[in-house]
Amino acid sequence: MKWSNVKYLILRRFVQLVLLFLYFAGNYWGWKVLQGNLSASRLFDTVPLSDPFAVLQIMATGMIIGTNALIGAAIIVLFYGIIGGRAFCSWVCPVNMVTDLAAWLRRKLLIDRIERKVWVTRNLRYYMIVIALIVSAITGLAAFEVVSPITILNRGVIFGFGAGAGLLVAIFLFDLFVLKNGWCGHICPLGGVHSLIGKYSLIRVKHNSDNCTLCMRCKEVCPEVQVLGMIGKRSEFVSGQECSNCGRCVDVCDDDALGFHIRNYLSKESK
Amino acid sequence: MSHEAKKKTPISERRRFFTDLAHHAGLGVMGVLLWAGYAQKAKSSPLTLRPPAALEEADFLKACIKCGLCAEACVNRPQNIDKETGRPRPGTLKMARAQDNVTIGTPFFKPREVPCYMCEDTPCAVACPTNALDLKKVTNPQTGELDFKMMDMGLAVVDPNSCIAFWGIQCDACYRACPLMDEAIRLEYDRNPRTGKHAFLKPVVDMNACTGCGLCEKACVTEKAAIFVLPREIALGKPGAHYVKGWDKKDQQRVQERVGKDVTTHDERSKENPMDYLNKGLEF
Amino acid sequence: MGMNRRDFLKTSAAVAAAGAVGITVPEEAKAAAAAGEAGWRWDKAPCRFCGTGCGIMLATENGKIVAVKGDPAAPVNRGLNCIKGYFNAKIMYGADRLKVPLMRLNDKGEFDKNGKFRPVSWKRAFDEMEKQIKRALNASGPEGVAVFGSGQYTIMEGYAAQKMMKGGFRSNAIDPNARHCMASAVVGFYQTFGIDEPSGCYDDIELTDTIVAWGSNMAEMHPILWSRVTDRKLSDPERVKVVNLQTYTHRSCDLSDFNIIFAPQTDLAIWNYIAHEIVYNHPEAIDWDFVKKHIVFAVGPRNIGYGMRRAGEKALKEGLYSEKEMEIIKKEMAKTISEKEGPALEPYGVKAGDVMKMNPGTLAHWLISFEEYKKSLEPYTLDYVAKIAKGDPNESLESFKKKLKMLADLYIEKDRKVVSFWTMGMNQHTRGTWVNTLSYNVHFLLNKQAKPGNGAFSLTGQPSACGTAREVGTFCHRLPADLMVKNPKHRAIVEKKWQIPAGTLNPVGNQHIVKIHRDIEDGVVKFAWVNVCNPYQDTANANHWIKAARKMKDFFLVTSDGYPGISAMVSDLVLPSAMIYEKWGAYGNAERRTQHWRQQVLPVGDAMSDTWQWVELSKRFTVNDLWGPYTLRNGKKLPDVRKDAEKLGYKPDTTMYEILFANDRAKKYKIDLNAFPQKGYDNSECLGDSRNVVGSDGKVFKGYGFMIHQYLWEEYAWFGRGHGHDLADFVTYHKVRGLKWPVVNGKETPWRFNVKYDPYAAKANPGGDFAFYGPLAKKLFSGNLLKPDKSKGKTPIPNKAKIFARPYMDPPEMPDKEYDTWLCTGRVLEHWHSGTMTMRVPELYRAVPEALCYMNPKDAKAKGVKRGDLVWVESRRGKVKARVETHGRNRPPQGLVFVPWFDEKVFINKVTLDATCPMSKQTDYKKCAVKIYKA
Repeated sequence: MKWSNVKYLILRRFVQLVLLFLYFAGNYWGWKVLQGNLSASRLFDTVPLSDPFAVLQIMATGMIIGTNALIGAAIIVLFYGIIGGRAFCSWVCPVNMVTDLAAWLRRKLLIDRIERKVWVTRNLRYYMIVIALIVSAITGLAAFEVVSPITILNRGVIFGFGAGAGLLVAIFLFDLFVLKNGWCGHICPLGGVHSLIGKYSLIRVKHNSDNCTLCMRCKEVCPEVQVLGMIGKRSEFVSGQECSNCGRCVDVCDDDALGFHIRNYLSKESK
Repeated sequence: MSHEAKKKTPISERRRFFTDLAHHAGLGVMGVLLWAGYAQKAKSSPLTLRPPAALEEADFLKACIKCGLCAEACVNRPQNIDKETGRPRPGTLKMARAQDNVTIGTPFFKPREVPCYMCEDTPCAVACPTNALDLKKVTNPQTGELDFKMMDMGLAVVDPNSCIAFWGIQCDACYRACPLMDEAIRLEYDRNPRTGKHAFLKPVVDMNACTGCGLCEKACVTEKAAIFVLPREIALGKPGAHYVKGWDKKDQQRVQERVGKDVTTHDERSKENPMDYLNKGLEF
Repeated sequence: MGMNRRDFLKTSAAVAAAGAVGITVPEEAKAAAAAGEAGWRWDKAPCRFCGTGCGIMLATENGKIVAVKGDPAAPVNRGLNCIKGYFNAKIMYGADRLKVPLMRLNDKGEFDKNGKFRPVSWKRAFDEMEKQIKRALNASGPEGVAVFGSGQYTIMEGYAAQKMMKGGFRSNAIDPNARHCMASAVVGFYQTFGIDEPSGCYDDIELTDTIVAWGSNMAEMHPILWSRVTDRKLSDPERVKVVNLQTYTHRSCDLSDFNIIFAPQTDLAIWNYIAHEIVYNHPEAIDWDFVKKHIVFAVGPRNIGYGMRRAGEKALKEGLYSEKEMEIIKKEMAKTISEKEGPALEPYGVKAGDVMKMNPGTLAHWLISFEEYKKSLEPYTLDYVAKIAKGDPNESLESFKKKLKMLADLYIEKDRKVVSFWTMGMNQHTRGTWVNTLSYNVHFLLNKQAKPGNGAFSLTGQPSACGTAREVGTFCHRLPADLMVKNPKHRAIVEKKWQIPAGTLNPVGNQHIVKIHRDIEDGVVKFAWVNVCNPYQDTANANHWIKAARKMKDFFLVTSDGYPGISAMVSDLVLPSAMIYEKWGAYGNAERRTQHWRQQVLPVGDAMSDTWQWVELSKRFTVNDLWGPYTLRNGKKLPDVRKDAEKLGYKPDTTMYEILFANDRAKKYKIDLNAFPQKGYDNSECLGDSRNVVGSDGKVFKGYGFMIHQYLWEEYAWFGRGHGHDLADFVTYHKVRGLKWPVVNGKETPWRFNVKYDPYAAKANPGGDFAFYGPLAKKLFSGNLLKPDKSKGKTPIPNKAKIFARPYMDPPEMPDKEYDTWLCTGRVLEHWHSGTMTMRVPELYRAVPEALCYMNPKDAKAKGVKRGDLVWVESRRGKVKARVETHGRNRPPQGLVFVPWFDEKVFINKVTLDATCPMSKQTDYKKCAVKIYKA
């Protein structure tokens, strides 16, 4: 295996694990680098960070939320909105490791080939956002936060796992046997929120169709395959909002037809 | 499904739009109902004890973002460092897991395991980004300083049947463990007629001063604690607003917020219209 | 039968109570009780813990104690207990009980001071002890063999230990931890009454109108007595007054009518103030008739030092004490009189600024006139005393003065009965003997002593500090029942009774417990044995003693204990001891009540009782080994008594076992398993037991074959009978709930020295009212406050008690700029002493898992620490880390912290000062200077 084929994969795993480790250390050793969890954190004991979707749900309950949480959410929105795109999902979120594992196993076990197709719209995640906000308003409880496998996994690492770990196994099995890329690619409303936030972000994958040999390996590995409509057709940025900048396509492409680039909205080419 | 439907019988665009809409709406409502049902169920047991400075349970559940910063601040506060190992001892605040019967991811504590030590600087509340733990609740409005006596996590309740002090044993471990000794727990002295020369020293909790920190519950030497902390709403009854203690000038405050509403009373006897009643007449 | 549970409980209690007082119970009720408790055997015993002496009942099932209940028939507690007593059933079964002997061995299996502890047989353990003792005797003579004894020894254990030590090894270096606990009270009793132990009893509580507790947190340390005090207060809240005096506010203060927080050590001044108030302002309150008939006035030297190390001692010469430590130690030789103590010393011809040259402590005293005594009281005006004694900087002088006046008025008030209680506050004191005698002064002047409901009463800390340590005489200077090592007649009495040659007993008895530690540090003591105590945790300035024990290569330390603690950790050999209910025993409590119990269960593992360990050790030593000539370090010679031993019929190879323990007198006490009290009970020492423990000779131990417990008891009791110390016989004690000695004609004595209640007083003063018949120091020179006039010879003062002129003097170490805070140490209700037992009761451990540093919130703020913060508590001698508590049970005034000593992880005795009362040699754990800073 060539380094260039796994570079971003390894980088992503590294970032995901380092963040988890820092969170863990924040609790276990009281390190003041990154405390809290992905719902809300404090960076270097000063900068507040918070999950914009969680903040939105809290606001939907009718609660006036603390300023630190608002500032934290704003920072996150700005960061991903300008730079990262939906990078949260593939570079930060620990559930990504679970679902990627499921997707990899699916390929290895050839489950894709034998499975009866279940069609679920990839837009379900956006409906989920709306439903989550409605449920939050009705129940007075940030609705996604009580079921989110992301925080369950995240908290499990930091504070110790409980029975909620079962949910993670369920998602793994769901992705493995029921629906390809089921959780991250279809259901997760937080992914939806990040899709929306990162829609116009600067860093994006760009396709160079001149180099493309149409091997389709990129489409095989892409968890949001609908964003790769241009492969072999047009040289352009992968601008679909669901692209999580995971870089798997870049990794697997041996023809230098895919790579990260900065979108320049001032030039026409950027479209 | 919609794919197959299309193949079988062509339907009009208009029809299709409404069917789709109904389909989506139906699924949406189903989702909302299922999810909301679960969320209601996922709310904590009413016996949950929250960190100091927590908002009322309903508001707390709305505001808590489940980040665990409070629990981290609790376990890593300098006062919690074990003097032997230099490592933190188990913290008071735990983040609820699915099996805890507490809304998942929210902080709570079990005094029998680790009580709240009522830190003077309330590090848990300081750490909270959403104000689910609200420093205002523990800040003395006069001085503007933090005052741990204002904390309110629950109320200690004594079970006089299993409390050995009520047997005459000189225990009072709870009383001595109380950080607000003589305020939150007092001793009530009573003569012990059986021995004729000993006194009972019975622990009595003052509901106003007790913060519910649970140091008493931790210290209690009975097999299952004979003094334990319950959320105030569970521990306390509520006398009616229609009666004010004539011997207690402050008692009017207790009822003031509840008077002035509709004073009409309703019960089985009064539900009938008086005329209907009168017109029924009597058999004779 | 159809009894419900409630009925059943009632019936059980009734049966227990009725059985205890000898009432017949209806057969049906008896049967019901038996059915409910099927398989449980109930038997009486005293509580293991404090000096109160509560009675309990123990339930045994399948050879284990499974439950405990308060004994409803016990007069002290009537079925109640405190939180420690409540857990008596659990104290013996901690998972880490010591079960086999452990010795430090190297890989070859040889003893090695630096080796690791490994299990060895009892035989191997005794082989090593024998070897090490012989080596120590060779090197240092009898002074080289020492025992750390205990106020928690059973009476038989203590008697066996001191018999072997004093009669066998000819060593007086046996001293109990009771030295740290009661010694000042003892010397106070001897000086005042001429005989040990209090005149009153607990019934005073119900009979008095006023309870004044001095330096005694009874609510935590004597909870059952405190509940009696509380009940008395409740019975007549207007009439009955309760006052607490101490250096910080504590649990007992809740009940008081008022509390006095005084500056450490100024209890001396406050007692003198009350006397001043009587003598100067209320002379009409003095009962002159009583005073003239029964009281004399006396005084002793003031320049007696502080019981610290003195110049010329080896460790000082070797520079083992730091410069900082020497700042305090030099006061042992001379000190400059402070402004604070100056006025108090003026009647004695000393004023502020003078340098007082100190001599070693002495018990000497001489008679003075009332006028001289009055002169000594002159300085203690309300103004002076209030100025030096006010302990809380935030209290106004006016309020403090008012309280002092109220206190004096309570004592003085005609027809008001007053009991003064005290514990460690007055005993653990560099002028402990003084302050003890000062308490009697006030009671004597007012004729409020030795009468029902009236009297100064020293509360004992340990369960048998009175019974074993004091009355049996496990102190270095004592022999059984008030006999003294120094007195040749007393030694002769003991030698005769023990049938050992005249001259065997060593006349020099000065190795008190702190001295034993110092002698180890100085290389004199080469072998020491720890019995039923934890001297390496409980002795002040512990760093020195631990270092000495570990560093002195030729010093061998043995610890016998139920559980591993600090002393065991410091030891070279650890022996597993049977714990309280695993052996026959007896304890004597603070009101002279002696209580016996039977062995309830077999010991855990291979543990054996301390009695057995002593008796087994005695088998290893013969006449030839021990009774040759010795030269003591002061030059005195112990004669060779081997020839005289032959005259007594002993051969050179006759063992001490045969002479001291298994002699013909002993063998008369037969085993009789068919009769009360032996019937149905184990007796591991006399019979061996089903564990088949392999004993000290490598063979299964089958028992001594005679009732050794009874022998030890009866021989000990012989010494007191007919001498004001009469004890009943062994069997009687198994039938009753304890008896207060002297037991004359089967009757106990509630108030001593009072002709109405005490047959000895009646005999000494027929037709009179009182007789303070104690025999010690009843012939004295006379003189003035400054010195005795020896020219006129001694005056006999039979049947008289003494009022002493004693001034206020500063303690040796007081807060200064650097060490700016007083440190006071003590106990908590939940834990007993060093916590070896109570820290193993999970409930008690959970209730109080660690010792806290109790501090005034203002001090905490000033030092920048918060509740729960870790701080260093540092003195000139050492430092420990502790967690700050600014609320809660103990609330010190600014300038003082309180740290309990039960927690070996907050080893506060590394910080405390080993200054003692120079007369009683009791350490002052209540005062030293520390600094506090954030850790």
